[in-house]
Amino acid sequence: MNTKVLVAPSPHIHSGDSIQKNMYGVVFAMLPALLLSFYYFGLGSIIVTLTAVASCYFFEFSIQKYLLKVEPTINDGSALITGILLAFNMPANLPIWIIIIGALVAIGIGKMTYGGLGNNLFNPALVGRVFLLISFPVQMTSWPKALGFNTSYIDAETAATPLAIIKEGLNKGDSLTDLMAQLPSKMDMFLGSTGGSLGEVAGAALVLGLIYMLVKKIISWHIPVAIIATVAIFSGILNMANPEAYAGPAFHILSGGLLLGAIFMATDYVTSPMSNKGKLIYGIGIGLLTVVIRVFGAYPEGVSFAILIMNAFVPLINISSKPKRFGEKRK
Amino acid sequence: MLKTFSIGGIHPEGNKLSAKSAIQELPIPKIATIPIAQHIGAPAKAIVKKGDEVKVGQLIAKASGFVSANIHSSVSGTVFKIDDVMDATGFRRTAIIIKVDGDEWLETIDRSKDLVTEITQTKEEIIKNIGEAGIVGLGGATFPAHVKLSLPPGKVADVLIINAVECEPYLTSDHRVMLEKADEIMVGIQILMKAIDVKRAIIGIESNKPDAIAHMTQISSKYPGIEICPLKTQYPQGGEKQLIAATIKREIPSGALPIEVGAVVQNVGSAFAVYEAIQKNKPLFERVATVTGKSLKNPSNWKFRVGTPVNDIIEASGGLPEDTAKIIAGGPMMGKALVSVDVPLTKGSSGLLLLAEEETARKDIKACIRCGKCVSVCPMGLEPYLLMVLAEKKNYERLESDSVMDCIECGSCSFTCPANRPLLDYIRLGKGKVGQILRARK
Repeated sequence: MNTKVLVAPSPHIHSGDSIQKNMYGVVFAMLPALLLSFYYFGLGSIIVTLTAVASCYFFEFSIQKYLLKVEPTINDGSALITGILLAFNMPANLPIWIIIIGALVAIGIGKMTYGGLGNNLFNPALVGRVFLLISFPVQMTSWPKALGFNTSYIDAETAATPLAIIKEGLNKGDSLTDLMAQLPSKMDMFLGSTGGSLGEVAGAALVLGLIYMLVKKIISWHIPVAIIATVAIFSGILNMANPEAYAGPAFHILSGGLLLGAIFMATDYVTSPMSNKGKLIYGIGIGLLTVVIRVFGAYPEGVSFAILIMNAFVPLINISSKPKRFGEKRK
Repeated sequence: MLKTFSIGGIHPEGNKLSAKSAIQELPIPKIATIPIAQHIGAPAKAIVKKGDEVKVGQLIAKASGFVSANIHSSVSGTVFKIDDVMDATGFRRTAIIIKVDGDEWLETIDRSKDLVTEITQTKEEIIKNIGEAGIVGLGGATFPAHVKLSLPPGKVADVLIINAVECEPYLTSDHRVMLEKADEIMVGIQILMKAIDVKRAIIGIESNKPDAIAHMTQISSKYPGIEICPLKTQYPQGGEKQLIAATIKREIPSGALPIEVGAVVQNVGSAFAVYEAIQKNKPLFERVATVTGKSLKNPSNWKFRVGTPVNDIIEASGGLPEDTAKIIAGGPMMGKALVSVDVPLTKGSSGLLLLAEEETARKDIKACIRCGKCVSVCPMGLEPYLLMVLAEKKNYERLESDSVMDCIECGSCSFTCPANRPLLDYIRLGKGKVGQILRARK
């Protein structure tokens, strides 16, 4: 025999799955929401998205190359996801310098401090977003109206989000029925023509992305379903107890960043649990915390905080929710 | 809805290239190299010496100990020498090397093609004669069949499960045997049913072999107590635990044997070998193997004599393709990579797979992205990502408490990992070490 042969232990074949395939699969799933945000917010959303993505790539590359002195891994697609998700969490009129700071915090503190992809405890895009929300509350919460083919950027006309209308109104003592009348219809909220951050206004586009990721087996159903079901049940109970003080499930699911968080943020591989049982616990926790913060907390929106808090519990969830071993008796 | 097992599982491409190729007889080799260790357990003891004349079917090495198996000559001729040669494991081990002269069989073997359906032997005679014939599990695990059939005292079986799953991609030998020897298999199954005293036998066949399911269903109607159970194609359904879970919904507890849930599992090829041993008095010295690979000229199925060099069977199938990077004894998921084509084929050789570099070369290892796909595909409900880390850190206590010994080494985790992490390599290391610790504790 003239050729040399490889000798290695089994298995001798591989599925061909790769980190890139999964990451770019997520990016593809985000496209409907991204394109719709370009449609609703126009030029502003394009500027925000490009700035966020470019800064994430830049910081990931420079930190790896010049600070950590390792081979940069920007081709794996994860910086692209962080960039788009960061943009999805920003109003379309956010000044460029704030976006860059957000990207630095997301990649630098959220990801690279821990050692890069695979090691971070918290969702990097959310670390960036929450940092900005606390540091620049005014800029981060003045959302332009979703007008369609809008070419204005900084001086766009702004509108309060449905969640903010309800929160402020209830604090002033208005009745929920009156406040609900001021809101866009549920159908508008699902299709996206309401105020809000880039990626959170179009529920329908986000759900389309979810279906794609489920079909392609990029993620499993456990986390999004657990979050949405928990929010529906919990807000449903509150609503039944006192319909004049608490909004119902449809409002909670369609408003704010709930669908964005449940579909694209909470399902981040690195910062979510490994077993299906763990994913359900994690999703239920996010759902409960979201409603608690929205209804009883100071902020109108609680999805980001809920996900970050549950991120911190992931190591504990992993230890306590082992998959059911084969042959183990069900308790 | 077809039945299948419920925890984990993967769907590798089938690549059953040789499924339509009828079984052919491989020419007898000029020299047969017959290892005395072709099974799990103690090696057999050679009972011939240099210069002895042997006939086809003659006992040449005797089982030593309870878990061991007899070895018979697959050829007629003269014992040329008894020496250490490299076998499929890559180690040098003792083999009886026979210079072939003609093809003279023992007269006691019935070489006619007539189907013998009447079972005259008693339960005890059957088990003893299966042991005499040196039959081992032909699915690849090569566990001596008579040992499996001798139920431990106090244990009762209520069902015999026949493993005709052939869940490894590429392999088709069981498939072909079912299409060509269905009646013999059914008689073999009835013999096995008598041996373990059960009234019910279930043959598990995956849905990617519809012709075998149809043919076996038709033939089985003539034989009472034998059912065909079509299964949804999913790897590793041929694993004993997975097959029992799929067919009768019983889960074997950790560390226990199938008999714990009242089942005995035998491979479909073994059932055919049992037929030949009991009804035709023919010991196990030949079997069917698939020779396959995408670049191979004629992927095919061959009946070969044990001890034939791997090279002969490759040459018969069109020769070693130029792009061959790996030669695998068995399937791509659990087979062993061979060091050379000069090693002999044995009782456990279910197939020979030739893979080109792009299909088998390992890719760069990336950081774990904690996607949890290894957890969701593990058919034993383990956490491969965690076991790998624990093995790297030499944390044997936690490896044990996280059930590393339950790993069946199916390779689904490594196959699936998007970061190309060598999960099973490390789990094997950890398993070996924990196994040592467990044995020392006893």
